[in-house]
Amino acid sequence: MARLLFFGRLRDSVGTDALTATLPDHIRDTESLRAWLGAEYPALLDGSIRIAVNAELGPAAAAVADRDEIAFLPPMSGG
Amino acid sequence: MIRIESGPFDPGAELAAFAARVPGAGAIASFTGLVRAASDGDTVTVLELEHYPALTGKTIAAIGEEASTRFPLAGLVIVHRHGAMAPGEPIVFVAAAAQHRRAAFGAVDYMMDRLKTEAPFWKREHGPGGARWIEARPEDVEDRARWG
Repeated sequence: MARLLFFGRLRDSVGTDALTATLPDHIRDTESLRAWLGAEYPALLDGSIRIAVNAELGPAAAAVADRDEIAFLPPMSGG
Repeated sequence: MIRIESGPFDPGAELAAFAARVPGAGAIASFTGLVRAASDGDTVTVLELEHYPALTGKTIAAIGEEASTRFPLAGLVIVHRHGAMAPGEPIVFVAAAAQHRRAAFGAVDYMMDRLKTEAPFWKREHGPGGARWIEARPEDVEDRARWG
């Protein structure tokens, strides 16, 4: 089971701040995950949403596996 | 020194404590960000700041380390709050100490530009009309781009 986290306005769009999901075999990276989840939660398809895997912001299509913590991050607003 | 905490802090006390840790520095610059009383004409009653703890600490630490690499600093401090806060309360405090003013000013400016756009915080303003999420403004992104 992968743990999916949703921050900021995505919490409202998705309706929760966390979900667990069994990733299908064809979901191997963050972009295929985005497309898969985006069918149900279109807000995740927005290009401004970044995806962190195990609290690392890596390349655009970072590898994902079934035990990862995967966080969907809208544009940040610190300070 | 970096702290991420939910309670209020006193920027004056932070500045005094920082100054005591950098004896001999010729310059200290600091910045305090406060909760606005109104945003785009709407009254703000509470600002809620959500963050991603697993990413926040290391992101802010990396910003501080890069500031130390870019500017000749004697020390720096970043204090950032999360949770709910009222208008007038401090959200963030950043200070840098150096031998001369340009490095101190530059480091504070640099750290704030990066915090605005890269630290994993999300702001929601609550007011009489409801709540709304606030995201970095285009100017914030342009300010960040100045540093390469």
